[in-house]
Amino acid sequence: MTNPILNIDAVSKRFTRMPSLTERLVGKFTGGGKPVTVHALSDVSLQVFKGEVLGIVGESGCGKSTLGRVVAGIHAPSSGSVTLHRMPVARQRGGNIHKLTTRVQMIHQDPFASLNPRMKVGETLAEGPRHHGIIPAADVQAAIRDLLRKVGLEAAYADRLPHQFSGGQRQRVAIARALAMQPEVLVLDEAVASLDVSIQAQVLNLFMDLRHDLGLTALFISHDLSVVRHVCDRVAIMYLGRLVELAPADQLYADPKHPYTQALFASVPTVGTGRRRFEAIRGEIPSPIDPPPGCPFHPRCPHAGPRCRVEVPGLTGAGPGRTVACHLNDGGVQMTKGAA
Amino acid sequence: MTAALDVRGLTTRFETRAGHVTAVNDVSFAVQPGRILGLVGESGSGKSVTGFSILGLIDAPGKVTAGAVLVDGVDLRQLSDDDLRKMRGRKVSMVFQDPMMTLNPVLRVGDQMAMAVRVHRPMSKSAAFEHARKALEVVGIPSPAERLLAYPHQLSGGMRQRVAIAMALLHSPSVIIADEATTALDVSIQGQILAEVRGLADTTGTAIVWITHDLAVVSSLADDICVMYAGQIVERGTAEQVIDGPRHPYTRGLLDSIPARHEPGRKLPQIPGSTPQLSHLPSGCPFRPRCPLATELCTTEPPLDIRDGQAVLCHYPLERA
Repeated sequence: MTNPILNIDAVSKRFTRMPSLTERLVGKFTGGGKPVTVHALSDVSLQVFKGEVLGIVGESGCGKSTLGRVVAGIHAPSSGSVTLHRMPVARQRGGNIHKLTTRVQMIHQDPFASLNPRMKVGETLAEGPRHHGIIPAADVQAAIRDLLRKVGLEAAYADRLPHQFSGGQRQRVAIARALAMQPEVLVLDEAVASLDVSIQAQVLNLFMDLRHDLGLTALFISHDLSVVRHVCDRVAIMYLGRLVELAPADQLYADPKHPYTQALFASVPTVGTGRRRFEAIRGEIPSPIDPPPGCPFHPRCPHAGPRCRVEVPGLTGAGPGRTVACHLNDGGVQMTKGAA
Repeated sequence: MTAALDVRGLTTRFETRAGHVTAVNDVSFAVQPGRILGLVGESGSGKSVTGFSILGLIDAPGKVTAGAVLVDGVDLRQLSDDDLRKMRGRKVSMVFQDPMMTLNPVLRVGDQMAMAVRVHRPMSKSAAFEHARKALEVVGIPSPAERLLAYPHQLSGGMRQRVAIAMALLHSPSVIIADEATTALDVSIQGQILAEVRGLADTTGTAIVWITHDLAVVSSLADDICVMYAGQIVERGTAEQVIDGPRHPYTRGLLDSIPARHEPGRKLPQIPGSTPQLSHLPSGCPFRPRCPLATELCTTEPPLDIRDGQAVLCHYPLERA
């Protein structure tokens, strides 16, 4: 296979909140007042190849948005590295922020929050490329008009303010803004989640067209399994900060291997299946502040055994191009000799 | 059998600077005890305002201008404010998208639930607590006695929504109206709650109106479905009828836009344009500008076409496949 253009290598991201003065004082008597650490990402490795759309799926708190932000260079990883063409993406002191981070562009969920309400859309689109000198100043206006047409808006809309657009149109503007930087990788974080179904279809069609025309490489972060299936080539399933399964989309949907993936698919309501029982997953997602030891899914897993409670399962091969992090795929859930 | 909820010709208008806006336009539907009605629509279709109008929760500049809302045969619109307040929570209750809208953040779950019990039924505090504990148990909350002592912020989002549903259940109402009640939750938690809701309707005989934008949820949860567009119910039928054989071009368009119904990577059929502004509705059928079948005839009010109980508001209803 060709070399990956984006390499996410053993990335972990922890957020630590220091206790306030009062909490520290109270803590002297109660034993609390310690720093609180959220383990948003634990040891995530992924490769993204040129021209592919990689889906990142999971429920809230699974770290999918944090992963997107680390890839976009907004957060630096606590450990591990993200490299684009073997160059680190993360901010470096006095360093590459002006060059590399422009190569990865992010599209956010809420087009009402991600556009400056006081800035004309044309200005919003021109600001990035002008600042970074991506498009010669003389050509910026023509480029903006071209971009607007590309995302299915009229060139004349450049003089409008965001409030004059509907939600779907704003998301088109957000996509145009990302494309204005001529990025190599797009990160779409729940980019169609807040849109109505009929508008969502329009934006998905636009994304698929652009992808085809421009050969985009993208991380498509979403909680919506049917949308991901529609636009992604490969899908990574995350749970509680860890990657639990990675597979080509068609294979994953035909035959999910990880018990969490299976349970997730079973709880998703689908149109036209008629009345049925929802096969609910037991229990709730544990807190990433104090993740369970061993496999993060073991408290809810119907197959969990003693080994799952102590040993974190690594990613192991499960067919061509597929990996899964589950002891069932790696010698079983019983304790093996010599292990803890 | 009398319907638990019978809404007839409900119309709600808002007085705005841009003129009259009819957010709910002549809406009629009925829900039998133990059945779940899915009220589906996109943003701005009037589905939530319909829910609020049923409970008489419309404030100025809005006003319910016409129609009847019969709960167990009693018309809520004919009641005085005091009598209506006695019905709310006891006969009809509501579950909102954000459980923090329902829960008081500074009161323990048990205290506020007991309060809600005692408002309608005089009983001792300990009896009210016991009643609340049973309600928590019904919605599948583990160790309900402990949860009574918790504050809302100590519970997860899914737990809070269960508490909100438990509060709606306290007086075994005839009707529960749930407005996007699982939209903010993760799919695995949503699955758990939908299973509980289905069980509740089956075992307690409560009629449920499930308001949502999510066709997938209603298609697997609801018995009947009403599709709203621009304040009107444009199609009404059983879940099978509406999902498997939609007769309104809008319903068909909505179902076609769902990615899961198409081969991955294919272009999705899309409804052109966006939902109309209620203050600038076109004459005749409001869906006309986006409809592939529209003709000159559609500038006139569309007729109601009913076949096998499936009602559709359209000049050119689709034939069932």
